[in-house]
Amino acid sequence: MGEITFSIDGLKIKANEGDTILMAALEHGIYIPHLCYHPDLKPFGGCRLCMIEIEGRGLTISCKTPVEEGVRVTTENPEINKARRIAAELIIANHYSECLQCARNTDCRLQDIATYIGIEEGRLQRLKRTVRDLPIDDSNPFFYRDPNKCVLCGICVRTCEEINGVGAIDFAFRGFATKISTLKDKPITESTCESCGECVDRCPTAALARKGSERPAREVKTICPYCGTGCGIYLGVRGDRVLSARGDRRNPVNDGQLCAKGRFAYDFVNHPDRLTTPLIKRNGTFVEASWDEALDLVAAEFKEGQEKYGPEALGGLSSARATNEDNYLFQKLLRSLGTNSVDHCARL
Amino acid sequence: MTNTVGEIAGAGAILLTGSNPTENHPVIGYRIRQAVRRGAKLIVAEPRRIPLVNIADVHLQFKPGTDVALFNALVHVIIKEGLEDKEYIKNRTQGFEYLKEIVEKYTPEYVSVITGVPAEDIIKAARLFAGAESGSIIYCMGVTQHTSGTENVVALTNLSLLTGNLGVPHAGMNPLRGQNNVQGACDMGCLPNVLTGYQPVYGDRETDTYWRRLKLEKGEAVAPPPEEIDTSVILADTIEFETPVYKGMSVSGEIRAKFSRAWGVELSDAPGRTIAEMFHDNPTRRNRVMYIMGENPVISDPHADHVRECLEEMDFVVVQDIFLTETAKYADVVLPAASFAEKDGTFINTERRVQRIRRAVKPRGDSKPDWEILQLLAQRFNLNWNYSSSEEVWDEVRKLTPHYFRGMSYERLEKGGLQWPCPAEDHPGTPIMHKGKFARGIGQFATVEYRPWAADTVDEDYPFILTTGRKLYQYHTRTMTGKTDGLNYFLNEELMEISPRDAQALELTAGDMVKVTSRRGSIETKIQITDRVPPGVVCMSFHFGESAVNVLTDPAVCNMSVVSGLKVSAVRIEKA
Repeated sequence: MGEITFSIDGLKIKANEGDTILMAALEHGIYIPHLCYHPDLKPFGGCRLCMIEIEGRGLTISCKTPVEEGVRVTTENPEINKARRIAAELIIANHYSECLQCARNTDCRLQDIATYIGIEEGRLQRLKRTVRDLPIDDSNPFFYRDPNKCVLCGICVRTCEEINGVGAIDFAFRGFATKISTLKDKPITESTCESCGECVDRCPTAALARKGSERPAREVKTICPYCGTGCGIYLGVRGDRVLSARGDRRNPVNDGQLCAKGRFAYDFVNHPDRLTTPLIKRNGTFVEASWDEALDLVAAEFKEGQEKYGPEALGGLSSARATNEDNYLFQKLLRSLGTNSVDHCARL
Repeated sequence: MTNTVGEIAGAGAILLTGSNPTENHPVIGYRIRQAVRRGAKLIVAEPRRIPLVNIADVHLQFKPGTDVALFNALVHVIIKEGLEDKEYIKNRTQGFEYLKEIVEKYTPEYVSVITGVPAEDIIKAARLFAGAESGSIIYCMGVTQHTSGTENVVALTNLSLLTGNLGVPHAGMNPLRGQNNVQGACDMGCLPNVLTGYQPVYGDRETDTYWRRLKLEKGEAVAPPPEEIDTSVILADTIEFETPVYKGMSVSGEIRAKFSRAWGVELSDAPGRTIAEMFHDNPTRRNRVMYIMGENPVISDPHADHVRECLEEMDFVVVQDIFLTETAKYADVVLPAASFAEKDGTFINTERRVQRIRRAVKPRGDSKPDWEILQLLAQRFNLNWNYSSSEEVWDEVRKLTPHYFRGMSYERLEKGGLQWPCPAEDHPGTPIMHKGKFARGIGQFATVEYRPWAADTVDEDYPFILTTGRKLYQYHTRTMTGKTDGLNYFLNEELMEISPRDAQALELTAGDMVKVTSRRGSIETKIQITDRVPPGVVCMSFHFGESAVNVLTDPAVCNMSVVSGLKVSAVRIEKA
């Protein structure tokens, strides 16, 4: 791929052939407002916020315009600002404005845009149409769908089609009534949705938001504990609780993508049924024991069994769920005790 | 996998068989859908109408257990139409002429009768696969959990070799491993016959299983392996030895000597038992003392009632887990382990990528990481173990397994995962295996014949084939997923899939309870009427202890891999 040189606001920019002007600008740390653009998805050109001017050609949207050698791009002038302000205000005017009560407060792309253009309260009031009060779809146990916070950027629709591929949702109805809908406008759980949460992850506002709005205090980079795909995740942690998980976009296995289990199924870590102490069965019931008591008993029984029947009386099933280090030491221990009877559920 | 997950989206054609990735490996399911969006041809060879059938170019809906016939027919058509990769076959393989001879009789018409797949669909699939720029074969336990499991894989491999798809991008043989670290557990030597990196601890032949020996000793007939391969010759080329090993020397003897020195113990060369043999029919051949770490065989192993009996009869059972599982209830001692979120270490994924996991929170209560528990136990046997971190354990693995892991220090893994083999610090890892040259040198076509091999055959008393699978919203025996209410909301009970025609014949309606009986036992389950299964076939998951499908399944194994034929059991269904 060839390299292209052009300019944005007089700055010389180098980009790869085939990149769009918006991609190149963001890459170089130049913010151009945008709502419907997402780096994982094909450009859509719906929000009209990423307006720019190319010298000699007039206004155009930067998310769909490929870079060209030598072109001169302007991101701000009175004409652009006017067009952009109107586009932004039309979206903001009818948007829910109780930001403090919103799950995405301070992590909202619409707030970014409002901050960029600067809100003028009076103008917004004039633009307000009939207040929409559409029902929230809370059928899915992992996330809400609140059409009142939707900006119709279509990112969720394209994510479902281009990333997951199941295509459970689309634009429905016309004009002011336009909304994102499942087939026949049923609750999301009655659609083909697989609850992967990819749309929730990409929604620029809180139109799609996780249930349970606690945000983690820190994140730990690790690997999903479910299937063998080995997706990279960041576990969200607060105190000693695991609160959430999100995909690791830099992991080449999953590029940040996850499934319902990998994204939402971590309640087991904090679950009260977790074993917290060794147990010894006495007269048919388990009683709590110290590590020394339990391990001494295990060692004594292993020795007794082996003395009675020979070293091969001992056998072990290791775990496809535990780490390499755990597994290595498991077979090392059994083989060191004289038996090769070590296997695990790979044979199932 | 010979190739990487990321390559799937760029494949020219995908043959998906014995796998339901949109439910069981969802992110790989996304990759397959992305490939189809980009124009890849998708062939689904699968007895069930899995979700991906909706976007497939052709669905080969074959009768469970007839895999070998179907794959041989694809090979037949490709050769007959001259679609094979002649250059590749000439330069990189041997045995083609014999393969040609063997598959001669597998005409689409003949195989159509065996498998129930229309002949024209077989021809269409063969042309699509052979005609693509690159062809990726993706498969899972639906291929391996058969009494002919190894033969199924061999037949598939022929297809891949024939079309020149091994050792090239967007192609290859890609088994999807079901658990986060099932690859690692194998690579770490948690198999009776091999130590880390598949270094043989006894027996120098791949096919030298305890099971096979046992049968031979007893004079029982066993299926001949598809091709007797003397792996000692290959291993001697790939494993690094401290002193030179020549052809004819016992490779396993050298390996035992190396590990004995490193561990300070004398290693035994007595064959160990596989899972199937640990729960052997004959009590004198079973283990008497069991150590079960992070596994739930009472729910997950075939013929579950028998497994329970075996555990009850053992002298002593210790279970180490994060919950009091169904299996733990049979234990004499239960040891509390830390979960993945509470420890450091590494997992190896389905594409051989070693990746770091990191401690996010502290272990619950008094629980400890498995490796620490093992060390405390080892010290009670006066074994000189003094690891202070998982990294020290890993460094020992690297030292003893240089041909796989020497180049993978924790320091390097911090920056991102690496795919084995990675024999040196400056080695980039191996995203695509068998590039230019096969691990064994020249690629071998190994011929296999179809035989009606399932041990558990359908008859008047047991007229249905029961197959097993997993569901999107649960995982395995629900030890972990059963604790997430959101997942239970979607699925909290077994729903056996039965076809509309069979449901009608048995006068069943959706949600009815039925009694399902096999030659081993009987369970009750709710049903779901769906065309996902063809008439004559029913499907259950093994997620739910209340409707434990493994009470029914057949413990008969594949003679070579000693994997149980879980995918085919004969059952009878009655209204409960």
